[in-house]
Amino acid sequence: MTEVSAPRSFQEIILRLQAYWAEKGCAVMQPYDMEVGAGTFHPATTLRSLGSKPWAAAYVQPSRRPTDGRYGENPNRLQHYYQYQVLIKPSPPNLQELYLGSLVAIGVDMALHDIRFVEDDWESPTLGAWGLGWEVWCDGMEVSQFTYFQQVGGHDCHPVSGELTYGLERLAMYILGVDHVMDMPFNNPDAPIALRYGDVFKQTEEEYARWNFDVANTEVLLRHFEEAEAECATILAQEHDDPKTGKRIIMAHPAYDQCIKASHIFNLLDARGVISVTERQAYIGRVRNLAKQCADAFVLTEAGGAGASVAS
Amino acid sequence: MPDLLIELFSEEIPARMQVQAADDLKKRMTDGLVDAGLTYAGAASFSTPRRLTLTIEGLLAHSPTVREERKGPKVGAPEKAVEGFLRGAGVTRDQLEERETPKGAIYFVAIEKPGRPAAEIIADVLDATIRNFPWPKSMRWGTGALRWVRPLQSILCILTDEEGAQVVPLDVDGVVTGNSTQGHRFMAPDRFAVSSFEDYAAQLKRAYVVLSPQERADAIWQDATNQAFASGLEVVDDKGLLREVSGLVEWPVVLMGSIDDAFLDLPPEVLQTSMKEHQKFFSVKNPKTGRIEKFVTVANRETADSGATILAGNQKVLSARLADAKFFWENDLRTAKSESGMAAWVDNLSNVTFHNKLGTQAARIDRVATLAREIALVVGAEADLAEQAARVAKADLSSEMVYEFPELQGLMGRYYAQAAGLPQDVANACEQHYSPLGPSDDVPSEPIAVAVALADKIDTLTGFWAIDEKPTGSKDPYALRRAALGVIRLVLENNVRGSLRESFAHGYKGADVEHLLGFFHDRLKVFLRDQGIRHDVIDACIAMDGNDDLTLLVKRARALQDFMSSEDGENLLQGFKRANNILSQAEENDGVEYSYGADEKFLEDQAEKDLFAALAAGGGAISSAIEAEDFAAAMGGMAALRAPVDAFFEAVQVNADNQIVRRNRLNLLSQIRKACVQVADLTHIEG
Repeated sequence: MTEVSAPRSFQEIILRLQAYWAEKGCAVMQPYDMEVGAGTFHPATTLRSLGSKPWAAAYVQPSRRPTDGRYGENPNRLQHYYQYQVLIKPSPPNLQELYLGSLVAIGVDMALHDIRFVEDDWESPTLGAWGLGWEVWCDGMEVSQFTYFQQVGGHDCHPVSGELTYGLERLAMYILGVDHVMDMPFNNPDAPIALRYGDVFKQTEEEYARWNFDVANTEVLLRHFEEAEAECATILAQEHDDPKTGKRIIMAHPAYDQCIKASHIFNLLDARGVISVTERQAYIGRVRNLAKQCADAFVLTEAGGAGASVAS
Repeated sequence: MPDLLIELFSEEIPARMQVQAADDLKKRMTDGLVDAGLTYAGAASFSTPRRLTLTIEGLLAHSPTVREERKGPKVGAPEKAVEGFLRGAGVTRDQLEERETPKGAIYFVAIEKPGRPAAEIIADVLDATIRNFPWPKSMRWGTGALRWVRPLQSILCILTDEEGAQVVPLDVDGVVTGNSTQGHRFMAPDRFAVSSFEDYAAQLKRAYVVLSPQERADAIWQDATNQAFASGLEVVDDKGLLREVSGLVEWPVVLMGSIDDAFLDLPPEVLQTSMKEHQKFFSVKNPKTGRIEKFVTVANRETADSGATILAGNQKVLSARLADAKFFWENDLRTAKSESGMAAWVDNLSNVTFHNKLGTQAARIDRVATLAREIALVVGAEADLAEQAARVAKADLSSEMVYEFPELQGLMGRYYAQAAGLPQDVANACEQHYSPLGPSDDVPSEPIAVAVALADKIDTLTGFWAIDEKPTGSKDPYALRRAALGVIRLVLENNVRGSLRESFAHGYKGADVEHLLGFFHDRLKVFLRDQGIRHDVIDACIAMDGNDDLTLLVKRARALQDFMSSEDGENLLQGFKRANNILSQAEENDGVEYSYGADEKFLEDQAEKDLFAALAAGGGAISSAIEAEDFAAAMGGMAALRAPVDAFFEAVQVNADNQIVRRNRLNLLSQIRKACVQVADLTHIEG
């Protein structure tokens, strides 16, 4: 094993992951430009895991979990954080080795650490998706989720995608030996203007925590939820043949945007504490219903493998 | 005779599935081989996180040749029938043999099925075993359709005899059998070839893999207890955790670490739960103080720094976890100690639905509180305290700690009620009111806890009965059978006296009380049967008045069971049945009820007079014993009737010619019946 130098900043870890997965042949994509709860929601994962077409993508995805806001005070919890996401379809036979290679690339010395694959079956009730896999432990800390997708949007995955999700802040804090996320070097600590994670995000954590928990207008949010739901249905109800261009254009992605929107609004409403336990299930069911309809639409498109012969 | 070695090598198998999977592999393979004629001398299976291994010793090299005779059509049967037979049996006409039978000449044929070589059979059986393996959950991967618990990477399958080892050829959807395997994922990842099970196990050990889960568990436990002992501490026993941890490592390395002083004030249960659930750590406690001071973690490898980096990492993760737990604990304590105390938590429960037809948790707490007051009177608790306990017993469901660790519900309630300055009995009731949870769980005995525990369960049962969500067959999603058994044990073990019907009436309105009581009687029968009480004895007691007072019911049943297993009891039962049969028949024929007592002046025989006297003396004694609930004395009174009853039937003809004498004797029989059924409805007793 070649000696890998230790990274010195949060961004260096991200850059190394980008370089590593680029070198392994993934399309390095950019974050999706909407608020999502996890990297899985990016259409590069959710939609692209459907259908028969091969796919390999890696990207950073800012993720928002309004209920996890702690005003920037908790050393490990944030309402806005980053996930690193890799999706390869079909899952290659050496995916575990590829994954372990990525840990080496970001400075984890396999000879000193204890890496374990511990059963963790993944399920997203809002996406109608599930898979089997593990949480990966490094010295007892969960550093990644590793999942073989079995079903997404109610569709069986065939071929199966392998999905890797790294919680970047937690992983980076461990590698950099930092105890409080806000103390973590964001850029090179020797740079003329050295920035810590707190310099970038402490204030926003406070602002969003206050808004998420106490200020967000729940009536407006409830209305937005209904509107997103209605818009999704409207989009999907359109004729597949576009009357203007005469082309067959199924608008799976615009419809899916509305699903993402509804899902995030639901998370905000949840953080505001206005959703009771019984209603919760109903809301999750409504978002899942949108996700399923989008998946149904996507598999009719070219990217969804329609018309292509099933990969063998 | 050759030996067979199979290893199914995959990505990490969930710890909880490994041992069962190893058993299933052994069973399915050996069953399949034996069915195909391959017997063997011995077999054993093993599992690690990455492999299932099966070794079979002394396997037949070939399945034996089987001769089978088949009977065909009659000689002279239509040509088509004969041809069909030849095709079906796979033989030619010259192999047919004509044989005379009582039904005429018939074609017979002897078919010889040659034995097959072991390798062929093994390949077939292994292929079927892999494809139909009973994993609790399985998956596909890549482009394939094969299912396994996680991607199956390689199959080792060799037959070894004096000549050496041979690979059994098989291709399962592209996974091809070979003679090699891999060692530890990090410490010895290279592939190596093996020639026998002994060679395999020895090479694996050199490649940092302990094949046997039991050996790994033993090593972990021994090392952990030794390390703890050296520090004057002891490891908290946890068999389930030991089993799980043994399934997470191929090369166990036990490391003991310290818990930061800042966390030692947390309740020990919180430390233990947090460490076990999140980190799979064993707790290490100081036997002198009972405090948990250290932890044991089990790593999967040796390192150049003797695990220092691994331990430091684990310690750091634990500190972050415990910082969370401490944060919850301190926030919760602040709430509990605040002016409004636990009331704020209870208020929160008005936003939590218990069941959409049964309202919120808060509404449920109101009902339980009212019911607890009523039950307090029966169990000897102070009504105000019982109500107070019922009102706070579920408050901890709103606490941050229980949100994080649901399994700590009740226990945290006790801590927080103490912090809130509530009486100790009330705090204890918070913890104990969920009990008993299972047949072996302890039953609370403090009156307040008993009152709340009963009220909680009776509210649940009457509620679900009222909305018609009763258990059916194997479906009991709300654990109502367990709740009913809980009530039964609470009542019996605390000698609670009182009417269940009345308690039900104070519970959720609209339940079919008689149906619910019947459900209780069914649960009671199951419960008592396990204690050796016959179901007919219970039925005889259930048929009596006061059958909703379970303590009384069981007291009666126990006395009756004792009596029925005595000689007097058995004989008296025969006498009773005889009396009852004669009487019922006569009553039916005559269209009257013989319920007056006998008249002394019409008594003729001595046996008749003796019985009359015995009934006069005994009947009253039995009644007063029953009145006093002294069932033993009542049974004694019954026993005293046995001899005169026997003598009566021996000497006296009931259906005398003289109608007055006959009627009088029938009236005497009705006195027997009356005396007996005060104790229990003996018509239910079998035999």
